[in-house]
Amino acid sequence: MSVDPSVVRRIAHLSRIAVDENEVSRLNGEINAILSFVETLSSVNVEGIEPITSVLPMQMKKRPDVVTDGGIVDDILVNAPAREDHYFVVPKVIE
Amino acid sequence: MSELTHLTLAQARDALRSKKISATELTKAHLSAMEKARLLNCYITETPELALEQARQSDFRITQGSAGPLEGLPIGVKDLYCTKGVRTTAASRILDQFTPTYESTVSSNLMRDGAISLGKLNLDEFAMGSSNETSAFGPVISPWRRHSDPSAKIVPGGSSGGSSAAVAAHLCLGATATDTGGSIRQPAAFTGTVGIKPTYGRCSRWGIVAFASSLDQAGPITRTVQDAAIMLRSMAGHDAKDTTSVDAPVPDYEKAIGSSVKGRRIGVPKEYRIEGMSPEILQFWDQGVAWLKDAGAEIVEISLPHTKYALPTYYIIAPAEASSNLARYDGVRYGLRQAGRDIADMYEKTRAKGFGSEVRRRIMIGTYVLSAGYYDAYYVRAQKVRSLIKQDFDLAFAVGVDAVLTPATPSTAFAQGEQGSNDPVEMYLNDVFTVTVNMAGLPGIAVPGGCAANGLPLGLQLIGRPFDEETLFALASAIEHAAPKIEYPKPWWA
Repeated sequence: MSVDPSVVRRIAHLSRIAVDENEVSRLNGEINAILSFVETLSSVNVEGIEPITSVLPMQMKKRPDVVTDGGIVDDILVNAPAREDHYFVVPKVIE
Repeated sequence: MSELTHLTLAQARDALRSKKISATELTKAHLSAMEKARLLNCYITETPELALEQARQSDFRITQGSAGPLEGLPIGVKDLYCTKGVRTTAASRILDQFTPTYESTVSSNLMRDGAISLGKLNLDEFAMGSSNETSAFGPVISPWRRHSDPSAKIVPGGSSGGSSAAVAAHLCLGATATDTGGSIRQPAAFTGTVGIKPTYGRCSRWGIVAFASSLDQAGPITRTVQDAAIMLRSMAGHDAKDTTSVDAPVPDYEKAIGSSVKGRRIGVPKEYRIEGMSPEILQFWDQGVAWLKDAGAEIVEISLPHTKYALPTYYIIAPAEASSNLARYDGVRYGLRQAGRDIADMYEKTRAKGFGSEVRRRIMIGTYVLSAGYYDAYYVRAQKVRSLIKQDFDLAFAVGVDAVLTPATPSTAFAQGEQGSNDPVEMYLNDVFTVTVNMAGLPGIAVPGGCAANGLPLGLQLIGRPFDEETLFALASAIEHAAPKIEYPKPWWA
C-alpha cells in the first residue's frame, strides 16, 4: 500500500501537526518508504494467531477505586504555558 | 583528580566505603571532567550545585555509618527521566521549559540508595533515533575516533547516546538509559560500554517520558558488567504506580558476576546471519561463541524463524503507541505553545514547531496505521506477528536454551550524517538484532568484545529468559573476562 499527497495532508491533520505545502512531497516519499518496508508483513501467515496483549503472562493489577492523590493544583499548573487562577487558559472554543 | 574518574563504579564504591576517597572529591573530579568535555555535548543540563550538595550529604552518611548501596557514586541521568526541580526535555523543543514537580521511580530509587546525579544526559528526541542526531540540543560526539579518519565525528549510537558517550568518556561512573528497540544496547555496543535492558516489568516506567509503553524499559549503561549489575539492583523493583511493573524480589545481581557458566546452553540463531553482513562482524560473533565454549558453555544452533519480521513489526507498533502517547503535547498543560487562530490551529502549530522531523514522521505513521480502515491491515496484523516473534523465543527456551548469543549491531559506529539522510529505513536497520528482544519483552545485555579494524568497538548481545538477568550477567562477565580489555579513548577533547 502507498499513500498520495492528499492522504499525507489528512494524516497530518489527524495527527494535529501543521504541514507546509512544500513539505508534503518529501513526507510522502518518506512515509511510502516506511510503508513499503513494513509491507513484508502481509506475507506472514497469521491465521489463528491472537494479537499480543501482554509480553508477560500477568493479570492487570487492580486496586480499589478511591482517591489516592490530589490537592496539588499548583504543581499541576506550574508548567502551563498560560494559566489564570486555577485554570489552564486556551483559545476560545465556544461562541 | 583525573584518576578518580577512571575508577569503575565498584572500585569507587569500595574506596568510599573504606574512606580512601570522599564523595565530594569524587564528584568534583567528575564535574571538572564534564566542564572540559562540553564539546562532546553529552549533557543537556549539568547540575553541579545539586551534585555537590548530595555529595556533602553522602559524606555525612558515610561518616554516620548509614551509607546506602550506591552512596556517593556520581552518575548521569538520561534526560527522559523526570527529575524533581530539574528541567527535563526529552531532547525536544516541545519540552524545552518543562520542570517536573516529581521524580521518576527509577531515578528516585537510585537517589534513595545514595547515588549522586551530575546532570541530565542528551538523547535522540523522545528516544527516537539510533545516532543521537535527532536531539533538539544537537548531536552527541562519541569519544571514539576512526583510525583512518580521526576528524570524522563518530556517533555514540542512540537513543541513549549521551549516556553511552558520557560513560565511555569518564564523565560519570554509570548512567541511566532506556530501551524501546535497542536504545541501551546499540549505544553501548557503539562505545565499548555495557548496557542491559532488563525484562519488561523489571523496572518501573513511572516518571519516564513515554515513547512506546509496551516496549519501553529502563536500564543502566556502565563500563563493566559488574557495574551494570550493581546499578540494576537499585533501579529495579515493584512500583504500585506502574501496573506493568512486576512484584517479584530483586536478586543481588552482583553475585552472578564471575559465577560458572559451565553447561549453560547457548543458542546461536541462524536467522541472525543476515544478507550483506560484514565478514568482520561474522568473525567477531564466532569469536564470542568460542569464548563461551572455552568457559564451558554448550553451543546449539537454534532457529528464530520470524526474526526478519521484527523490525517491520516494530515500525508499526512503536509509532502507533508513540502517536497515542505524544498526543499529550498540545500546548495546553505544559511545554511549548504556538498561538493559532483557534484551538485546533494552536495544536497544529504547536506540534509542528515543537517536534523535530523524525518525531513528526513517526507520529504520522502511527496515526495512519491506527486510522479507520487501516487498523486491521497494519496494527492488528503487527500485533499478531509480534505473538509469533515471542513464540519463537518461547520455543527456544522450552527446549532448554539458557540464553541466545548474537552480535549487538550489524556494524561499528558511523559518522554524523552518514546514515538515514535520504531514507529513514537505513537508520532503522541499526536495531535489526536488538528489536526482537523488546518485541518479546526479554532481557538483553550488550557487552564489548574488542575493536574492529577501523578502531571502533564491537559489542555482543546476550538474550535471556524472562527475569533471568542473573544468567546474562554471568555469561556477559565470562565474555568480558575472555575479551581483550577495552582501552577507552584518551581525552582528545579536553
